Amino acid sequence: MDIFLQQLINGLTLGSIYALVALGYTMVYGILGLINFAHGEVVMIGALSSLTIIRLLADSGLPGPVVVLIGLVFAVVVCMALGFTIERVAYRPLRNAPRLAPLITAIGVSIVLQQLAMLIWGRSYHSVPELLPADRHEIFGASYTEIQVIIVVVAAVTMAGLMLLVSRTRLGRAMRATAENPAIAGLMGVDANRIISLTFIIGSGLAALAGVLISANYGIAHYNMGFILGLKAFTAAVLGGIGNLAGAMVGGVLLGVIEALGAGYIGDLSGGIFGSAYQDVFAFFVLITVLVFRPSGLMGEKVSERA
Amino acid sequence: MTVLLEARGVGKSFGGVQALKEVSLTIAAGEIYGLIGPNGAGKTTFFNVLTGLYQRDVGEISFDGKPLRLSSPHQVAHAGVARTFQNIRLFANMTALENVMVGRHLRTRAGVLGAVFRNQATRKEEAAIRRRAEELLRYVGIEHRADTIARHLAYGDQRRLEIARALATEPKLLALDEPAAGMNATETAGLKVLIEGLRADGLTVLLIEHDVRLVMGLCDRVAVLDYGEKIAEDVPASVQKNPKVIEAYLGGTA
Amino acid sequence: MGLIAVALAIAPLVIGASLGNAWVRVLDFAALYIMLALGLNIVVGFAGLLDLGYIAFYAVGAYLYALLASPHFGLHWPIWAVLPLGALVAGMFGILLGAPTLRLRGDYLAIVTLGFGEIIRIFLNNLNAPINITNGPKGIARIDPIMLFGHQLSKPVDIGGFSISGVMLYYYVFVIMALAVVFVGIRLQDSRIGRAWVAIREDEVAAKACGINTRNVKLLAFAMGASFGGIAGGLFASFQEFVSPESFGLMESIMVLCMVVLGGMGHIPGVILGGLMLTILPEAFRQGAGPVQHAMFGKVLLDPEALRMLLFGLALIAVMLYRPAGLWPEPRHRRELGR
Repeated sequence: MDIFLQQLINGLTLGSIYALVALGYTMVYGILGLINFAHGEVVMIGALSSLTIIRLLADSGLPGPVVVLIGLVFAVVVCMALGFTIERVAYRPLRNAPRLAPLITAIGVSIVLQQLAMLIWGRSYHSVPELLPADRHEIFGASYTEIQVIIVVVAAVTMAGLMLLVSRTRLGRAMRATAENPAIAGLMGVDANRIISLTFIIGSGLAALAGVLISANYGIAHYNMGFILGLKAFTAAVLGGIGNLAGAMVGGVLLGVIEALGAGYIGDLSGGIFGSAYQDVFAFFVLITVLVFRPSGLMGEKVSERA
Repeated sequence: MTVLLEARGVGKSFGGVQALKEVSLTIAAGEIYGLIGPNGAGKTTFFNVLTGLYQRDVGEISFDGKPLRLSSPHQVAHAGVARTFQNIRLFANMTALENVMVGRHLRTRAGVLGAVFRNQATRKEEAAIRRRAEELLRYVGIEHRADTIARHLAYGDQRRLEIARALATEPKLLALDEPAAGMNATETAGLKVLIEGLRADGLTVLLIEHDVRLVMGLCDRVAVLDYGEKIAEDVPASVQKNPKVIEAYLGGTA
Repeated sequence: MGLIAVALAIAPLVIGASLGNAWVRVLDFAALYIMLALGLNIVVGFAGLLDLGYIAFYAVGAYLYALLASPHFGLHWPIWAVLPLGALVAGMFGILLGAPTLRLRGDYLAIVTLGFGEIIRIFLNNLNAPINITNGPKGIARIDPIMLFGHQLSKPVDIGGFSISGVMLYYYVFVIMALAVVFVGIRLQDSRIGRAWVAIREDEVAAKACGINTRNVKLLAFAMGASFGGIAGGLFASFQEFVSPESFGLMESIMVLCMVVLGGMGHIPGVILGGLMLTILPEAFRQGAGPVQHAMFGKVLLDPEALRMLLFGLALIAVMLYRPAGLWPEPRHRRELGR
């Protein structure tokens, strides 16, 4: 039981970060039908740029959480500007181009960001100063850290805020209208370009937050961290039903939990043949199984072929 | 009369909406059968159910004496039902000729080995495909556009090309979904001649159409759908006088 | 035609003499990548199925040869027997992957194929226990080089006092294989099957209504594309005489996809151009990044490896912005391709 609970806690932590990143994928996909391949790198830039500020201020005498908060704000601003720029430069000119053209520019942007980060921050792994309370607590034979609690709570509050934004505000309504049908939304006076820019800005802000949280969780940041994280988050978005905000959250948390449980149990399940090295196989296997039975993801709309 | 297609109690619903309610109809071999009704009456749904794009919830369809089981579109095409689409669905980046050649797919056999080694059988088959496709383009009157990319064709020609592609599958029943939609008077008149020619050549035609004049002038019999139900089925002259039909068309909009 | 043949024949001699054998090696890889790109082009370009895990089939071909022709299991099968087998096995993997994904739409397909690619790589990485099949991350070494007319291709050969190096010999074999793949690709495109693939790409519903069994025809596309990858993989293993899971990561899949899209999806000459460019460009950047900086600034300011990839990423973006349909798209469908 304690392994189960332990992995559940770990999975929930990881899953809430996946969910934050998955939201960025799903929002962009919902509006543009585009896989923003560079999104994972935005997370990485968020983590590293916050780290720079945090290191600068680490010895300033300010309380740890304040320093992290300043770092976070900086990262959010940087990433928002970055997301805005990426859309303007690499995606907007290709709005009416063949479907795969923006996918290639996205890959290009991803490579560029990674290499820029390598030039700025170098190849080494950076350890993140421990400024957040990291005390360990016991619960029913499993342990959790305060950072984990912070991550889950911050992610949950942010996502609740996003849901409110999308469902209750004028901006949210305009976003939903644009996702539904950009041309009609345009006729109704919605400036689609502005909405798309805002979508990228919001998604990138979430990515920055995710970057700060994940580097705080693992205590490490690296120019190469974005790719696999982005991949996982995209998987989560698809698992939940891409284009669907609630789906991205559910998919993210679910993927985190599945992975953690997979890592904890896969050895026992397979009689010791498969070790925890197979945890990614497990995650992808779950994804494929879900998609085979629900081709549009868990919460995606069922699309029948229109004749 | 020989029955070519018989539908008994065909029903289909989407979510809570009953798009088709126990529709039964019989189409005789060699006739032009019209299917009309106000927007959203279920005409296209019937087409999609018939051609296997949707699976019906209830009911039986038999075609050419054999039951048409719940099946995929390509099997329906194999059985001898070909169709066109309301919003023209051509292979936009293929030439007109290639579009029709695709229609020959299910009546030909060449596989990968044939394609790679181009043995005699394959070459012969390929030549036959091309010849037949050219014939069909001539038949619908657009042979001079054979090498034009489908999406560059004039609207009326796209409609004709879609018919040629459907004919390439050697159907017994040709189902046309609003073929005159968006056509001007001249184009519509030409289409009428084309469809009459199809019947003269022994084909059975199922026609969804909004252009009432075209339907009345062309069809041997007409069925009227309203809210997914068949409310009338008769020769055009009587259908026009049927109070239920008048109600459906006028009452619905009033 | 003749001109191309002559150019292909003397290219390694000229390049070997002027730029050195390292560049001939680059050409060898270009030929391999062109085979891969043409295989992926069947899936993505013709049939319109976005596959992000294509490199898995390359891996299958490479490991099959590695296992059957190395001291690892003590087997030494001849490559000419393994290649057809590799094509077959990779093709079967293609069907295995294709079957559960047929109902999925474009981008869902992309993520599942991506997952499949990763699964294969993870298995290669970990199947060294409990039974050692793949030798894990260490990879399999001392794979047999290609034997041709009783001669090991990795060793130079003397022709009239003229020594032709191993990489050059491999070049000729690879170019011939690549030409064969081009030939098969062209024949397939211009056939009943090829038309059915394109029809599915253009409009799947209409293709079904035309009587095309889209399930089988898609699976065929997966299988054919995969088999090209399998053959290229076998050749790769024999050339490197070493395989490890590292060579088959997601980045490789993406690279091959870039070749197809950047060159001009569905257009065989374009895809060849894409393969050639994306093999040669990064290499040129690699070799140029250090010296050029040195010449300009008197010292190396930026990490050449990072700079090389940076330029590569920028090139990808620039090409797509200015030529969204690729460098050399099929002349008749410039814009709409792939939509």
